[in-house]
Parts: sequence; C-alpha cells; structure tokens
Amino acid sequence: MLIRKAPDVRSSEITPKNVYLRRREFLQASAAALVAAGYGSLAGPADAQARTKLKGPIKKSPLSTLGPNDKINLYQHVTTYNNFYEFGTGKDEPAVNARNFRTTPWTLEVEGEVAKPAKYQLEDFIKPFALEERVYRMRCVEAWSMVIPWVGIPLKDVVDRVQPTGKAQYIEFVTLYDTGRMPMQRSAVLDWPYTEGLRLDEARHPLALLAVGLYDEVLPGQNGAPMRLVVPWKYGFKGGKSIVKMRFVDKQPKNTWQVMAAHEYGFFANVNPNVDHPRWSQARERRLPDFLPTTKTLMFNGYDQVASLYSGMDLRKNY
Amino acid sequence: MKPISILKAAAFAAALIPAAALAYRFYRFFYSQEFTALPANPGDYITDQTGTWALALLVITLTVTPLRRLTKWNDLVKLRRMLGLFSFFYATLHMLTWVVFVNFFDVTAMIADVAKRPYITVGMATFLILLSLAVTSNRFAQRRLGRRWQKLHRLVYAAAIGGVIHFWWQVKADITLPRRWAVAVALLLAFRVWWAWRHKTPPARPQPARPHQLPM
Repeated sequence: MLIRKAPDVRSSEITPKNVYLRRREFLQASAAALVAAGYGSLAGPADAQARTKLKGPIKKSPLSTLGPNDKINLYQHVTTYNNFYEFGTGKDEPAVNARNFRTTPWTLEVEGEVAKPAKYQLEDFIKPFALEERVYRMRCVEAWSMVIPWVGIPLKDVVDRVQPTGKAQYIEFVTLYDTGRMPMQRSAVLDWPYTEGLRLDEARHPLALLAVGLYDEVLPGQNGAPMRLVVPWKYGFKGGKSIVKMRFVDKQPKNTWQVMAAHEYGFFANVNPNVDHPRWSQARERRLPDFLPTTKTLMFNGYDQVASLYSGMDLRKNY
Repeated sequence: MKPISILKAAAFAAALIPAAALAYRFYRFFYSQEFTALPANPGDYITDQTGTWALALLVITLTVTPLRRLTKWNDLVKLRRMLGLFSFFYATLHMLTWVVFVNFFDVTAMIADVAKRPYITVGMATFLILLSLAVTSNRFAQRRLGRRWQKLHRLVYAAAIGGVIHFWWQVKADITLPRRWAVAVALLLAFRVWWAWRHKTPPARPQPARPHQLPM
C-alpha cells in the first residue's frame, strides 16, 4: 500500500478550540522551556512523526538537477521550514500542526474538460504510474531556496491519461478544504480553499511533477501530503498541496495568492531575477541553510528548457 | 540597595536575554556544528528576532510613564533611558541584519530598497529617529538642548508608530502579530492623551463652558 494509514482520531484527542487559539503562547512557552533545559527545540516535531518508506521501485530520473552548488538539503530543513498556511502561518507551525493529518482515504476528483471526468481513490489513481525520484531546486518567492529529492509521477503522464478535450487550456489544482483537519482554515488569512493553476502546455512539460514523497519516504503532512504539485521553474507557491481536485478549464483560473495581492503575485510566477517582488529584490537568494543571499537567482530557476513555453511573452507583465 | 536599583539591574539582565539566546544559538551552530540550533533560514530568523525585540523594548519603554503615573512610584523613570537604549541596541542589530543578510553589503541594492519599498523607508526612518534619541540620551545633551530636548524626545511616539507600520507592511498575509503591537502602542498613546486631558491645568485657555473664567 502506498499511503500510510493513520489511526482514526478520537474526538477526545482533538485540541480544544481555546487551547488551539492560544497555540502560539503554548509553543513559545514550550520552546522556552526546551531552550532552558538546554536542548534544541527543532529536533522535536519532525522526528516524532512516523516516517514511512514508499513501496515499490523508485526510478532515478535523468531530469534531476544536481549541479555543483545543488547539495540536497537536510530532511530536517525540508520538513520543518514550510509555507503551508492551512497548518499555520509560521514556518515551523506546519510541522507541528500537520503531525496527525489523516490522508487515508483520499479522493481525487478530475473534472471539467476531460474525456473521462471521475473520482478516484488516490491509491488507484497513482497505481498505473511508475514513481520517479526528481531532485529539484525549489525557489520560494521569499528569496530562499532548497534542493529537494521529491518522489512522484510526471504530471504529463497524468494529463495524457485523463485525455483533455480540445477546449481544455488550463488546469486548476484545488487543495483540501476541511477546517477540522486543517485548523488554520478557520481564520480568514487566505481565501480558502487554496487554488493554483497551470497552462496546459506547462502541465505537459516533462519537468512538472505530482509529488507523493520525499527522500524515498511518504510525503509528510507539512509538505503537502498525500499529493502536491511541483513546478521547479516557478516560485514555490505555485505548488498546490494536498490536492483534492484537478479541474480542466478553458479560461485562466485565479490562483490564491493572485486573489490576495495581484500586484505582488501573478498567475505565471516564473522564477525571474529581473522582476522584483514589490517588497524585495529577486536577484539573489539564500540557499538554505546559508545565512547570506550569495546565490544568484537564475532565470526559470536554472531550468532553461522551459523557455520556449514563453517565447514572445512579456514576462515583466506576465509575472 | 534601593528597590529601584535592584529592579534596574534585573531589567538590564532581562533585556540582554534575547541577545544572549541568539548568541548561544550561533555558538552551537558554528562551534558545536549543531545545525539544528538555528532554523533552516537563519538569516530570516535573526532579522525577525532582532526586529521583534526592538519593537518590544520600545513598547516596554513606553509603559514606564503610565506605570509611574498609576503607581506614583516616581523612581521608575530611572528605567526609561536604559530600556530605550536597549530598543536602540536591538534596532541596530536589526538594521545590520538588513545590511548583511538581506543585501549582503550591496550599497546600490540598499539605496533601491529604501527608495522603492515603503516598509523599508519607514523602517529606516524609525531607525534614524531612535539613533537621534540615543545620541541625545545623555545628561550633556539634555542640558545642552534644554527645553528642546523634551520636544525631540517626543519623537519616540513616532518611532513606536513607525515600528508597527514597518512590521505591518512587511507581512504577507497574517497580520495577527503586527495587530497586537498596534493595539499595545495605541493603548499606551491613548493613556497619555487621557492623562493630559484629566490633568489639564484649568486656565490653560479660555473655556466657554465655564463662564466665570471668561475674561471680564
């Protein structure tokens, strides 16, 4: 079986709302206690989490990018420094709040302009495809980056299998919306559910991946379990997490961050050192865990093979 | 030792804790090679921590006067300069993190940052206010500036507001924290308005509501 089975959560185990709402104080207090006790507080959450090896053969992909400066990040860093607002807006919060995130059963819906709209159990959906390891740079719009060994299936193969109709131009990816399991969705910090989108030709590019794992292990909750999008030439926020729906549409869908702040986040969000975020430069990045922004950001995050997708487009306007 | 001296020593030690905690994490990271001592993005973490403590100490500095007024313990004022200087200390570290960890000494990039990005502009203005207050915080400057000293040091209110705006404008979506600081600053400023209104010296200006005070 591919997806780890988590025990059902009894209602007595769910954090009462008043405790949950004070979670920051609680976390700060416990962090302070840990520091006082003289040992690192960061090792806690991720290590406490059950880690499960993925079943089945995992092919090493030639599309992995391992340049001389692309040292794979520590598991620790990849799984404790996350932007996943559904589980909290602090970078360290998803690792704590997604610890008991249940991902079985998981239904994936493929709808819209496809030959066979259908609902799948995620396991059945993934079964026909061979798992591949893809080591990719991930460049966050916040000017930091990591190198992550994803495991997943090429999005292109999925698209071909569901057979888009001639009308399909874009795919919209919708994240789970469940305030019981994603506590931060009770707040209005984003316009839930999180949605992202790709143009169909972008989705068909060999680099685009639907990831179900990291480091040969099942994808942890904080990284977007059970399945997330990985588009390495775009800023990290384009990678919708915990996907429940893929909708094939004829018009460009709105993505969540564009809805939140259209002047800061566009639809395309290609990594581009020449187009600054209004509040910071995108010319450099910190290759974590580096302290200094000494890594020069590359056009398309160094994945030049996607350039032809955008020939003739003004990437300053289509940021 | 007088109670205020004990309190002052305790406050001094307490205000150093955040810097000491950061230094200790650095020490573990670099000398003990303990790479989990700092989060995955150490540069961001240090920027956040120093900025937060600069604002926190500024707010704590602004609580001295209300506390003094409410408790009538006038000695409390002896804490004010020290706390204000600690705020400046953390603000300086915060500004240096921007120089090193954000812009990596790139002067052109820093100038562009200040000119183009309102939250940086406000942050820099706030830092310059704190700098001018810090350099005039000694007795010599106090004597030299006379009445103008108090006027100048009222800029601390602008610095507190600037600090909150700087924080507010840089968050991506979750305004929970800056909103908390805004409430704190608003309450502390409101106290001063309320106090001034309550203790207005009666014949400050003609008051139509009290006819007997009208000029004859």
